Amino acid sequence: MIVGIVAVVLVLLVGLYLSMTAGRLDHLHRRIDMSRLALDAQLLRRSSVALELASSGLLDPASSVLIAEAAHDARTSSDREPADRAMAESDLTAALVAALDADDVAEVAGSPTGQPMLTELDAACRRVQLSRRFHNDAVRACRQLRRQRMVRLFRLAGHTPWPDTWEMHDTVPDGLIDA
Amino acid sequence: MKVGLVCPYAWDVPGGVRSHVADLALALGDHGHQVSVLAPSDDPSSLPSWVVDGGRLFSVPYNGSVARMSFGVRAMRRVRGFVRDGDFDILHIHEPVAPSLSIIACWVARGPLVATWHSSQDRSRALSAGYHLAQTAMEKVRGRIAVSEEARRTLVAHIGGDAVLIPNGVRVAAFASTGRLASVDPQRPSALFLGRMDESRKGLDVLWEALPAVLDQVPDLQVLVAGPGDIDEQRGRLPHGTADNVRFLGTVSDEDKARALRSVDVYVAPHIGGESFGIVLAEAMAAQAAVLASDLPAFRRVLEDGRSGRLFASGDPASLAAGLVDLLAKPDLRAQYVAAADRRVRAFDWDRVVEDVIAVYDSVHTPGEKVAEDLRGQLVGRLSPRSDPGRGDSNGAT
Repeated sequence: MIVGIVAVVLVLLVGLYLSMTAGRLDHLHRRIDMSRLALDAQLLRRSSVALELASSGLLDPASSVLIAEAAHDARTSSDREPADRAMAESDLTAALVAALDADDVAEVAGSPTGQPMLTELDAACRRVQLSRRFHNDAVRACRQLRRQRMVRLFRLAGHTPWPDTWEMHDTVPDGLIDA
Repeated sequence: MKVGLVCPYAWDVPGGVRSHVADLALALGDHGHQVSVLAPSDDPSSLPSWVVDGGRLFSVPYNGSVARMSFGVRAMRRVRGFVRDGDFDILHIHEPVAPSLSIIACWVARGPLVATWHSSQDRSRALSAGYHLAQTAMEKVRGRIAVSEEARRTLVAHIGGDAVLIPNGVRVAAFASTGRLASVDPQRPSALFLGRMDESRKGLDVLWEALPAVLDQVPDLQVLVAGPGDIDEQRGRLPHGTADNVRFLGTVSDEDKARALRSVDVYVAPHIGGESFGIVLAEAMAAQAAVLASDLPAFRRVLEDGRSGRLFASGDPASLAAGLVDLLAKPDLRAQYVAAADRRVRAFDWDRVVEDVIAVYDSVHTPGEKVAEDLRGQLVGRLSPRSDPGRGDSNGAT
């Protein structure tokens, strides 16, 4: 009798624990989805501003072409594999860093249309950094939970794929920081 | 953006977190955002229109002292009401592990949540018992901010992961317009030390060692010392013949700190380490005291390598004495530093700092998304009724 009660209580407790953990996991998976969306939005914003800057005629032609190519590539990479896309976004970072040193930025900042664009680009670059950081933070929390024995044993994660961090170079160009 | 801020501590009682929330709310408002704050209060009728009454406070032992928190079924209902009625794009929770409205907000809300860690706490007390619970609530927070390196370390130790560092802003205008301390004689030269007296990193000992040499040149100098610590012990450490020139103010309120800074010619920061931001320098600059600081990296940065304040070799009393005598003897040199500081300090104004906070909001928010009530996935959420009868409860109409 007692053994029976203990067994029932135990099963109930385990069930409760599993149900709560499943809830946590569900939350984390959703948080990852949302942080990816937020990151996508910021990446898109960055490439748009970069394109705008490249087509403004304020930069020298070589820099314009470099940035425009990279920005275009980054924009059209959204339907490709995540790794390809991260590569394209990293290339855009590299192009921006290479093309926007302090001298170039000072030149652009001198024109009335240039300054707002630089401010906007700086804001976009910083938001990409933040979004990526928050996304990877969510992935890390989720992975930690999914590694737990009970979670693996009862397959609480279902068919949700193992979450991936978003790895890319997201340095803000030096020239923008000083501007 | 519509932003909801949650403050765990009483709105009517002065305090670091509470003033941070108020300053942030005002700065966000200045940037065109719509802000509503939920905070507990002893006197709901005195709250400004943009603060929603979070209910009454109870005194409970917490973290080694007695704290006043707001919790229980009614608090839960108010937080729910705040989240439901607010229609927020961002819910920004302050001190999210404080067992008050904040941790409740982490439980009952979902969507774009941001949290700011303010204090550093001992590992054992706050979180170990409710670890699983706190972890579950914290997992929903999408963007984490820490106001100091210490706060960030606490967060990393308890929860794991990382946070973005955004220091407190300084209300430059408020410092500049504050009154002076009546007890400071404006005819005599004056200098001020701020901070814990018994913490060696704050460098009070360096100032003591330098004092005799300074008094040789400036015999009528008044030295003010404000901060917690054993005053009698410090009196015993004073070099011979300097006691008449030194006055201890003990622990001071934020207002008196501002007044003290405003009253003196020179603010001395003899720190020998451990300062991650040097916000206190920015406050002195806002109060228009000339700044004399040790050459720690953080201080160098704030003072632009000595352009907007005088630097001396950290831990070197002779260097401190030389700098202090120089500043006290030359009013136009002080004026020059104060003028440079006046420009520099704008970088630390709330108006500027709030842009970093807005960047965090942008980076966790997806277009069209709203903060919503969370009824799923958690035990308490499941057992609660789906809609509460007391809808009007959250508007502070009690």
